[in-house]
This record gives sequence, C-alpha cells and structure tokens, in this order.
Amino acid sequence: MVLVNGLGVFWPAAIAQVELADGETVLGAWVREETNPDTDEETFQLKTGNREFDPQRMDFHWYPKDSIRQVSYPSDVYVLERPENGDFFGFLDDVQTPSLELPGEGEPSERFQAALAEVRREQANTIEPIARQLSLLNGQLQKIGNKILKLEYRNKRAGAEADASLPDDDLAQLRAEEGEIKAQSDQLVAEKLAQETALRSNVALFRTASGEVQEIPLTNIVRWYQPNAMGPAAKIKHYAAKIWELLADEPRESNTEGGLFPAIFGTVMLVFLMSIACFPLGVLAGVYLGEYAREGVLVRMVRIAVNNLAGIPSIVYGIFGLGFFVYGLGGLVDQWFFPERAAAGVPTYGTGGILWASMTLGLLTVPVAIVATEEALRTIPRGFREGSYALGATKFQTLWRVLLPMATPGMMTGFILAMARAAGEVAPLMITGVVKLAPNLPLDGQFPFFHPDRKFMHLGFHIFDIAYQSPNVEASKPMVYVTTLLLVLIVLVMSGAAIYLRNQMAKRFRSRTI
Amino acid sequence: MLHCFTKSVLPDASDSPAEDKRPAGPERVSGSDLSHDGGTPQPAIGDPVVRVDDLHLYYGRNEALQGISMDFARGQVTALIGPSGCGKSTFLRCLNRMNDLIDDVRTTGSILLDGQDITDPALDVIELRRRVGMVFQRATPFPKTIYENVAYGLRIAGVSNRAALDEAVERSLRRAALWDEVSDRLRESALGLSGGQHQRLCIARAIAVNPEIILMDEPCSALDPRSTLRIEDLMAELRGEYTIITVTHNMQQAARVSDYTAFLYEGELIEVGLTKDLFTKPQKKETEDYITGRFG
Repeated sequence: MVLVNGLGVFWPAAIAQVELADGETVLGAWVREETNPDTDEETFQLKTGNREFDPQRMDFHWYPKDSIRQVSYPSDVYVLERPENGDFFGFLDDVQTPSLELPGEGEPSERFQAALAEVRREQANTIEPIARQLSLLNGQLQKIGNKILKLEYRNKRAGAEADASLPDDDLAQLRAEEGEIKAQSDQLVAEKLAQETALRSNVALFRTASGEVQEIPLTNIVRWYQPNAMGPAAKIKHYAAKIWELLADEPRESNTEGGLFPAIFGTVMLVFLMSIACFPLGVLAGVYLGEYAREGVLVRMVRIAVNNLAGIPSIVYGIFGLGFFVYGLGGLVDQWFFPERAAAGVPTYGTGGILWASMTLGLLTVPVAIVATEEALRTIPRGFREGSYALGATKFQTLWRVLLPMATPGMMTGFILAMARAAGEVAPLMITGVVKLAPNLPLDGQFPFFHPDRKFMHLGFHIFDIAYQSPNVEASKPMVYVTTLLLVLIVLVMSGAAIYLRNQMAKRFRSRTI
Repeated sequence: MLHCFTKSVLPDASDSPAEDKRPAGPERVSGSDLSHDGGTPQPAIGDPVVRVDDLHLYYGRNEALQGISMDFARGQVTALIGPSGCGKSTFLRCLNRMNDLIDDVRTTGSILLDGQDITDPALDVIELRRRVGMVFQRATPFPKTIYENVAYGLRIAGVSNRAALDEAVERSLRRAALWDEVSDRLRESALGLSGGQHQRLCIARAIAVNPEIILMDEPCSALDPRSTLRIEDLMAELRGEYTIITVTHNMQQAARVSDYTAFLYEGELIEVGLTKDLFTKPQKKETEDYITGRFG
C-alpha cells in the first residue's frame, strides 16, 4: 500500500470539471469514492485546490454522486503549485506585466510562460544576491553578538571580583560594528522588500471553475502544468522533476509539500554518527566479554544486563539521553566552553542536538553490537585460536590477526540490524533534538562546517509530524506515504550497502573456489 | 610409492645419531639416572630433548594423567598410542602448555626442555610455543593468503623484512613438500587448497618459526590415505632436523613413521620402547593386547 500510494503521489492526476445538479461547476482531481454507511448515499471526494478562496479554507470536498450532471476534462486547465495555500486549479485569462518589458500581445499561454521565465530571471538577478548578502551579514552579526556576549560576561565577572568594571574599548568598538552591520542589513531588507513588491505586481489572471477571476502574482508560482493536455512523456518528465524536488529541496507549507532533503540528510547523518558512537564501543565490549573476561558472577550479570538493555523501550533511552547527554554532558560542555552563552540563557550543547541524539541512539543499539560481536567470536572453531597460539601468538595477536577478521562478517550482520533499528527509531529523538523544521543543516559551508550542536530533521519524525500534527489532514496524506516510502528505502539502501560489504568480506574469507 | 613404507617402518639403530645435530642442553643426564618408577619399561635415551618426570594433570578433580615419566629422543619421531581418552593428546598438549587455554587444569611434576622446566608458571609460554610447534588434528588454515599463513608465525614474532619472509616462506613450503603445488598462487586464499594441502600448509606454518620440536596431534586422522601417505613421508623427511612427537590412533602409522613408541592407557604410561621392539616383543600384557587388537 505504501508502495502504491507513495509512488503514485507525483503522477499528475487528470483534473475533472464537474457540473453539479445545483448549477455549480467545480474543478478538481478525483480522490476517492465512498458510500455513506448511514444513508447509503454514494459520495465522491474532489481535491478542489484554491484553498484561500473557499469559505472554510478547505481544498478537499465531498459531493453526492447523484448530483453530477456532467464530467469533462478540459485540456486547458492549469494546475499551479504555490508556496502557500496549496494548489490552484483554473483557466488562464490574461497576463499583466507592468514592471517588465514584455510584448503585451499574443496568446495568453505564451505570454504567461515568457513572463514567468522573466520573473524568475529577475528574481535570480536582483533578489537572490541581496538574500545572499543578508545571510552573510547575519553570520557576521551572530559572530559579533557572541563576542560581545563573551566580553560582557568577562566584564561582569571581573566586576564582581574587583568591584570595578573595566572600561572596555573593545566592547564599544564591537558595539559600533554591530550597529553598522545592522543598519546595512536593514537597508538590504528594505531593498529586497521593494524589489519583491515590484515583482509581485506581475500577475496572471486565472478564471476558476465558478467563473471568478483571480489575480495570482507570478512570483507565487512554484510550478505549473496542464495535466489534461500532457502526454505520457510529459507526465514522466513531470514525475521525475517532482522526485528530484522531493530529494533535493526544502519542505514547503508546513512540510506537506516540497522536498525532504533536510530530513533525508538528517536521517543519514544521524545513523552515520550513531555508527561511529556505537560500533567501536560494541566491538570493545563484545571482545572483552567474549575473550578476556573470566566467567564469573559479575560477567554473567553484565551479560544479562546487556541482553535486557536490548529490550528496554526506546523512549526510556530518550529520557536517559536527555538527562545524561543533554543536561549532564551538554551542560558541562556549556559551562566549560560557552559560559557566556549559558549565562545568557542560550544553551549551545545543553540542548537537544544531532550529537546527543546520535549518542542516545548509539546507546540504544550498543547491546545489539555487543551481542553480535560476542556471538561472532564464539562461533569461530577453537582450532583457529589454538593454531595461532601454537605458533607463539599472544592473545591480542590472535584476536587482531585471526579472530577479528574471521568474525567481521558476523559482526557486520549485527551492525546492519543495529543500523536498521536506529534509522527507524523516532521516540528517543523527539526529546533529544529532532525538530519539525531545522533552518540549517548540521553540515554546511560555515566554519567549522560540522555543527554537532544543531537540531536536525528526521524522516521518521517528519512522518509523525505531518500525519498527526498537520492542520490539513487530506493535503498531508500523500506526503505521509511518500515519506514512509522514502524512510523504508533509505533503511533498505543503507542495509543493502552494509550487506554488500559484508558479503564481499565473507567471500574473501570463506571462498574455497579460486 | 612404496618406498615410504620401507624407509620409515622400523628404523635401524644406526639411524639415530641424527641427534648430534643440535647442541645438548646443560643437563646431560643419561636415562637410567632418572628416578622413573621401575614399573614402566623405558629404553635408555642418550640425549633426551624433553624429560618428563612424574607428570600429573587434573581436569578439576579428575586426574587425567597419573604420573608420567619418559624421555623424548632428540631428532627422532616418537609416537604416542593408546585408546581414546587415555590422555595422549592431553599429554602432548602439556609439552607446549596448550592446556593453559583450558580453565581448571592443574599439573604437577616437571617437564624439562633442554634442562629448563617448562611447567614453571613464570615461563614465557610464547617463547616456549615458538620452540615447540604444533599441528592439530583438524587443519586450521587462517583465512588469509597462503603466503600470509606461512609467514604468520614470523610476523607475530616481529619479522617484517620482506626478503627474510620470502625466504622463510619458500623454505618452509619446500620443506613441507607443498612448494611445487602452490608456488604460483601464494597470494591466493589458503582456503582454496584441499584437505591434505591444508594439513601440509599447517606443517609449513609450524616449520616457518623454526621450532626444535613439532607436536602432531593425529595429523592424518581427517585425511584420505593418499594425503596421509604424503604427511607420513614428510614426517620421515623432517626427522633428524626436528624432534617430532605425534599422537596417532593408527598403529600401522605409528609402526611406519616412528622411532620410539609410547603406549598410554587410562592416564598411565604403560610402556615406552623402540618402535620395532614394542611392536614385536612388548613387555607388558596391556601393550600386547592393544597392539594385537584384543581391545581398544
């Protein structure tokens, strides 16, 4: 079901024009039919789009089936994807481009395309450079803000001790700089606003099914298509473009539209960091338990504890992670390295972040790694150990040169299981740093490039968020399917890669045919 | 193919001076000086490389070896025979302290290797195992290349000189009569070899570290007759250069390859003697019963 629904989401659906018995005409994509169990009335649901023009701001409507007078599929229906308010369905009437120098004549559809291209070019040429500059300034501002915070904090402490605040030229200078940058950025913001307003005056006039004409600014059109006029090739192209958008773009409309790139990135990064935290620990513990520890009450207790650890509900790990990593370790890190920020009430590591979340997940999966390592070592026949010892090898040499290489495939199997579990786990993340919308990726071009303190997005949480926290259930449904499918795919891909690696290794050790 | 039978069946007494190849240990005591209990017939061995005196071994409370005393002749092949569970392998594993790997094992008595007591807990077992190599019943080639398998013992001893390794690998493989078969695929996985080749590879691996003694724990019991023959050939060839102590269930094999044979029964050493003597005129009734197939 996930597969069918998930894969079908991006296929451009035909838009029906339905004339109803009461004379009303609606445009919409057929969603499904249902029989009302109480009245036996057959109804159907249309995705009608045009949310902001509906009195209840709904873009899905139910109609009784026997009220249909006529259904047609006009080929000149436009579907517009917009950054807000969902899709728009309508017919193109006219294009008005007061701020652009474009010929005012010709077919509306051609002018529409030309105008849209021009608006996008303008956007790229004028607004985007300003936006880039702004983000640069913001970065500087943040840095200066941090410096000021640090100096102030130092002054305060010095003042408390020596009872005399040092007159600080540096601080004054920084303040001046900060003001300057602020002024600069304010000016840029105003400029950007002006440009945007000017561009917004270029509108396309669309007629809805009921005949009303709506002005839609060209800048508000993310994508347009005419599903009823598309051939299979065009549909496939559209489909591919949508898939690409899904994988590479940021989400829109409170996560129900647009891409999932930050969530995909967050998930993969999380599992990666988790592996770094979990596997070495698991291997060390497994080797110690399996090879070095003397069988005794203590070791047996530890082993029981490890096995039980694997059965603890993951939310409990989340609470532990919050208490131990976030507040405990994170709080300490903040006190030692960022005291000024902590004093100002802005925790750096003392709040959820991808580092703590992956540590928590690492803890959650470490029992699996330990058990896998121990088990893999145990299955090696005693002869190999004895063969190595008989040649004068020490315990460590035997372990390092014979046992571990032989145990690697078995250990990898355990790690794959651990990874799969970690990738699907959401509960512990919710209290250790996952967010619905993270403005920045944990890895970016800003020094020091990797920001383990940042909050992140995660596919599993994304599903939860859009399925249960979204105000518009119907609109978010397709995204739930897509995200679920994607999460399953990512787990499959990661496990597949690990299995491939394992098999390559196993081949090296096991092959008897050369 | 028959030559090996004839060559190694009952060695001539004049064959034994091979023992002079190695320098003797500090204590050169002749066999008769030892306070061996008089019940066990023992041959006089002029230059023993290993002297075992009153060796007891306990698995927990179970006494697996009940006071074994015997000498092993330098450069000769000694076979340990006896029914299953009589302690042959346990005894063999005492000689390079492999029993250390098993929990709850305790030994008393002494084993002198060139005069040095190897039952001493303070002894460096790593060093001991380099001097006393071992080949097991089941060949366990490591999942590495043929080359790395043979070079393993040297590598862990810290040898990393390319030329020295190459030389040792070739020499060992030649010595183990495996060189001609594998010289063109040294860099391939050792697991691709046949069972008999595995065992010879393990012998090459043991030879590579240049031990004084090679212990063989039923090296042929998992092999077909043809491969068995090759291993026996090999033992005959290595004789003289190395002291070989082998455990076997196969009395014909013991008769073919060994110079001396020791018969163990229920943890006790019943009789030791020159192989030809032991098989032709055993002095104890148990020995005679066993080798004539009346029991065991």
